[in-house]
Amino acid sequence: MKLELRGITKRFGALVANDHIDLVVEPGEIHCLLGENGAGKSTLMNVLYGLYHAEEGEILLDDVVQHFAGPGDAMAAGIGMVHQHFMLIPVFTVAENVMLGHEETRFGGRLDLAGARAKVREISARFGFDVDPDALVDDLPVGVQQRVEIIKALSRDAKVLVFDEPTAVLTPQETDELMAIMRQLKAGGTSIVFITHKLREVREVADRITVIRHGKVVGEAQPTATNAELASLMVGRAVELTVQKSPAQPGDRALVVENLSVLDANGHRVVDSVSLDVRAGEILAIAGVQGNGQTELTEAILGLQPHVTGTITLDGRSLRGASVRDVLDSGVGFVPEDRNEDGLVGAFTIAENLMLDRSEGAPFVRGGTLQLGAVQRFAEEKSAEFDVRSQGVGTPVGRLSGGNQQKVVLARELSRELRLFVAAQPTRGIDVGSIEFVHKRIVATRDEGIPVIVVSTELDEVVALADRIAVMYRGGIVGIVPGSTSRDVLGLMMAGEAPTDHAATAAEGVAR
Amino acid sequence: MTDSQLPGPLAPGRPETLVAEPAPPGRGDDGQQRSRWDTALRDILGGSAMISVLAVLVALVVGAVLIAFTDERVQETAGYFFSRPSDMLSAVWDSVSGAYSALFQGSVYNFRRPGFANGIRPLMETLTFATPLIAAGLGVALAFRVGLFNIGARGQMLIAAACAGWVGFGLQLPPVIHLLVAVGAGILGGALWGGIVGLLKARTGAHEVIVTIMLNYVAFYLISYLLRTPGALQAPGSNNPKTPAMADTAVFPLLFGPQYSVHAGFLFVVVATVFIWYLLNRSSLGFRFRAVGENPSAARVAGIDVKNSYLYAMLLSGGLAGLAGASQVLGTVTTGFSAGIDAGIGFDAITVALLGRSKPWGVFAAGILFGAFKAGGFSMQAAEGVPIDIVVVVQSLIVLFIAAPPLVRAMFRLPTPGTGRTRARIGAGKAEVAK
Repeated sequence: MKLELRGITKRFGALVANDHIDLVVEPGEIHCLLGENGAGKSTLMNVLYGLYHAEEGEILLDDVVQHFAGPGDAMAAGIGMVHQHFMLIPVFTVAENVMLGHEETRFGGRLDLAGARAKVREISARFGFDVDPDALVDDLPVGVQQRVEIIKALSRDAKVLVFDEPTAVLTPQETDELMAIMRQLKAGGTSIVFITHKLREVREVADRITVIRHGKVVGEAQPTATNAELASLMVGRAVELTVQKSPAQPGDRALVVENLSVLDANGHRVVDSVSLDVRAGEILAIAGVQGNGQTELTEAILGLQPHVTGTITLDGRSLRGASVRDVLDSGVGFVPEDRNEDGLVGAFTIAENLMLDRSEGAPFVRGGTLQLGAVQRFAEEKSAEFDVRSQGVGTPVGRLSGGNQQKVVLARELSRELRLFVAAQPTRGIDVGSIEFVHKRIVATRDEGIPVIVVSTELDEVVALADRIAVMYRGGIVGIVPGSTSRDVLGLMMAGEAPTDHAATAAEGVAR
Repeated sequence: MTDSQLPGPLAPGRPETLVAEPAPPGRGDDGQQRSRWDTALRDILGGSAMISVLAVLVALVVGAVLIAFTDERVQETAGYFFSRPSDMLSAVWDSVSGAYSALFQGSVYNFRRPGFANGIRPLMETLTFATPLIAAGLGVALAFRVGLFNIGARGQMLIAAACAGWVGFGLQLPPVIHLLVAVGAGILGGALWGGIVGLLKARTGAHEVIVTIMLNYVAFYLISYLLRTPGALQAPGSNNPKTPAMADTAVFPLLFGPQYSVHAGFLFVVVATVFIWYLLNRSSLGFRFRAVGENPSAARVAGIDVKNSYLYAMLLSGGLAGLAGASQVLGTVTTGFSAGIDAGIGFDAITVALLGRSKPWGVFAAGILFGAFKAGGFSMQAAEGVPIDIVVVVQSLIVLFIAAPPLVRAMFRLPTPGTGRTRARIGAGKAEVAK
């Protein structure tokens, strides 16, 4: 089916999220929608899916103008969507999830589960998915859950499939499998819209590429374009994709973690006997697919987790069981992975956020009273140093872009006397320009002789920054390997496969 | 998209162009662990002072309609509206203008009385009514700013009244000291009653709304019991559930002589307002309070002790409600009190805090407005026969309109604030990493 968007304009108040966007997706084509976070990709797809109503423009399927009042209409017209956050009910089986919303019933209102099962089997067989219709969704790995989403869309005879950032939650191997599936679907005549900001995936799978910036189509590109070309189209200027850094000069072991285990509120062991150390002046990257214990590990170091066993020592002093205040006071800088939830107070100004973790004592408080002058001066100085773009330090951080928000967090955490710097997903959801800046600051921190831990689910980031890489899988550490380890090995490790002896010994050599 | 109305009390959001893309509906919410109460609280506090003013205005207009409807003369003339419409229109005008001018003359300045000294008496009356409303309103507002719904101002006031009252009639102390000790006892009593809530919330995670509501009952029946128990609060030789009169040494002196009812409690309230303003805007404790109120998880990660903040906030909040209780028994009703001494102030305080946007001077102004409603309501009833219930309806409508900012904005075609804030939420929903 041919999909055409003509002059789609979507406004939110004064904000134009989509500005006269034209897009044509030919039948059996994989069309990539490339753009930074906030460029307007998701808004456009939500217009297509009937979740938003565009002020201007029209949607055509096979040259017929469509009017979607809601997702139901879009689905009926043959548009399917695979959301980044799966819209599945975890306690339902695969078959139940697939039939959800379109339940077929037999006499007496009984659900036709057998029919749904057959449908799942049929589609699975067609694409070689290997999905058990009676498995509980909760028990399935993320990659398989995504396949359930795809099956769900295909079960409604979707002719146009929209994949919204589908690879964010996948391991590299799962990503490769998804690419294969997309090619298969394409061969079967399905049109695919693939939304992403990852250049490598685009070049691998796309037939055509449309680049969106600030709500406008800024150009089309061929899959043969280089990363640098695509990136500059996306950002609007030339960007440096690699991180410049000199070889690490590791000093003494600063942070030593031994046999660290963390239990969550339900008593599950989310971090399992983790042992690692970080030396002064090196970056240890913790790689792994989202949800394999990295979050809890960093939170344990910071004193945010209540049930922790094992030892954490920083420069010989134990941190385990210390309060967050004490951990911060002993010189730990922390960039949380969800800056909106854990890093910033959205309604507070930039200045207030910059003093958030120093609300007791000098330099910002004297005799229980805020020293507004000192706060203001500090904020102006740091805003300039960290290039926080705003209308002044009195702007609430909630109104800043993700990149500027992250700079505020960085500015706060890096302006204390540090003995350890922990950055969790430091570039998540921020623009390419800010990513460059954040990476440079992280490397600069390392070069000052501070031990750095970077947690990232993004292999590119891990490879770019790390001096050593610890890969986590299901709460444990699969292995600690040198920063030069190949992506293939890392990908396998992220899926839980232990590294070969050769790679492991190389890592030991670096650690010694 | 309730998220678009999330700006906190510090910064009423305005449309802003620093952002690129609003969050898709339902997306940003996924990762949010905020409770409904929390969202409601933020919604209510998020509007601007403009909304407050307009809410009062709209509520007065609706009140006018109700006054006209219930007026007998209007009902009569409506019977022959089509033959002589002017009759009904003038009747409507008479009833509404009469009622509201009575409200004004009963609360601000009475033109019918000779001389300024007499004419200004209603305003003094208003300040008297406003005194406990402001104190308790500050308490509720402080809790709001820390993210807590203190529905328990009533209970805290009752306990405070009992403590202050017991000191007031039961002890023999030198003049000024007696008063200060009594006020102190009241504040302490309220603080302890509020502190129980803070402690339970901090240590066990109990929801403060439920705990405060239940403690209201506990306080009420505890006081009722003590009032019926000879040797406790009950006046000796009496069978009524009522305390003896306060000792003269413990009573708030009248500020402007015997012809005005306004007493020194009002000064305490002014001082309390200044103190809370300083606390919230200039002190490090207040900074932590606000951080906890706006985003407890970020506060926790920044090393702020969230649990202690809840405890301290409830102690202070209860203390302020305690000041209201003390001002009732030591200033307004000094002849001994019964279990109804809170006079609904504990609940009106919530309204006052909402109308004042939980800002100290906003609460002060809102308290005076509500004091005026109370003072003027009586004279409105007396002079024009308009039921005092109309005032309660107007008060309720004010809250209703404040709680529904989009409604007020739609009525006055105001721009929707906070469209710029959605960007903050998008990251929470999108677990993605840019290359």
